[in-house]
Amino acid sequence: MLNVLAAFPSAVVTAAGEPKPPLIPHIPELIFGFVMLGIVYLVVAKKVVPNIERAYEERRAAIEGGMQQAEEAQAQAEAALQSYEAQLAEARTEANAIREQAREEGASIIAEMRNQANAEAARITESAKRQIEAERQQAIVSLRQEVGSMSTTLASKIVGESLEDEVRQKGIVDRFLAELEAGEVRPEKVDS
Amino acid sequence: MILASAQQLPMASGDEFVAPGSEIFWLPFIGEGDWAITEQMIWGGVSVILICAALIMLTRNVSIVPSKGQFLFEGFYNFARNSIARDMIGSKHFMRFVPFLFALFTLLLVNNWFGILPPVMNPTYGRIGFPIAAALVVYVIYHWVGIKRYGIKGYFAHMVPDGLPGWIKPAILVLEVITYFITRPLTLALRLFGNMFAGHILIVLFVSAAAYFLTQGVVFKLLAIPTFAMAGVMWLFEALIQALQAYVFTLLAASYIAGAVAEDH
Repeated sequence: MLNVLAAFPSAVVTAAGEPKPPLIPHIPELIFGFVMLGIVYLVVAKKVVPNIERAYEERRAAIEGGMQQAEEAQAQAEAALQSYEAQLAEARTEANAIREQAREEGASIIAEMRNQANAEAARITESAKRQIEAERQQAIVSLRQEVGSMSTTLASKIVGESLEDEVRQKGIVDRFLAELEAGEVRPEKVDS
Repeated sequence: MILASAQQLPMASGDEFVAPGSEIFWLPFIGEGDWAITEQMIWGGVSVILICAALIMLTRNVSIVPSKGQFLFEGFYNFARNSIARDMIGSKHFMRFVPFLFALFTLLLVNNWFGILPPVMNPTYGRIGFPIAAALVVYVIYHWVGIKRYGIKGYFAHMVPDGLPGWIKPAILVLEVITYFITRPLTLALRLFGNMFAGHILIVLFVSAAAYFLTQGVVFKLLAIPTFAMAGVMWLFEALIQALQAYVFTLLAASYIAGAVAEDH
């Protein structure tokens, strides 16, 4: 102790009550230095570091989990987009096909309608012709009868006797007309 | 406390100014002599209570999304955890030393700043007993982890770098043993003690000189103003030094531990 004191002569000159030079530890302070560090260490090691490291760990896990979730969401969104695009393309081709088909169907319908209309027109024309023919025949028949009756009436008036019955019996008029049609008889002037 | 310390100065005894010496650190609070409880011990105890209360309060409800207080605490904690422990020791082994290094850094920082913090105005580690205790703990830890890792023989062999010529190895071993067992703990304790001790003396010197000038003639009274200003400058300077010394002590502790657990030299 004395040697140490001698090594620091300036330190030996101390105020009243200072028992030691500054480089000699005051034993209670030395002991208390260990106690202070020990207490703070215990609190830090048992409470502070575990708590804060747990928070760090949780934060790390949360960030990683969040990133994983985001990646999953992105992958899902991409898959959905792809499926939508595929559906859209499919719908487009389908729409094209439908349009094409409709066009074809329309064309065939138009052609069919045209055919039908043509057929109908032909039918109407045909029936009209037929009707005209029938009416003509009818007219011919009635004309023939009338002409016959008128001629006989006229002839009887001219001849002065009724030839009606005889005419009917013999069919003179018809025969005459048939001959007339066949061109065997030339109409002659009555007053020649 | 500056004023308390200044009042202790024996300048009231006469007209002559007596510069403050180591006696201003001797502040028995309870009792006298070898087993007196000193004022530094009281403030050290207060610092422990404050630190523990603050740390427990700040980390009691830690959450994934930090509050403002937790965010600030995390910045402080990460400084000790990443910038000191991980950078020095390496990411493989650093985690088991983080509690000790963080406790050490916090305790030193608070107690050093006590040196400029009213009403304490007294750095706890300006009393040699405290830095010796801290340095001894570091000393035991780094030898313990080194011997545990390499065995006693392996630990000494580990001190000598590979690839040296055979004849130089004994000399290097002697140097390294001196470094590991004497130089390191001694410089660790003395660096912290010396800085705190000298810083406190400087501040007290300027304040007491200014107070002394005020008792003298007019010229001296005017001189008191720059002297007080100088005390303020020293006060700011000490704030830096004290934080720096807490950092350096912890950094060196981490460095010594790193040297003991390192794979190779």
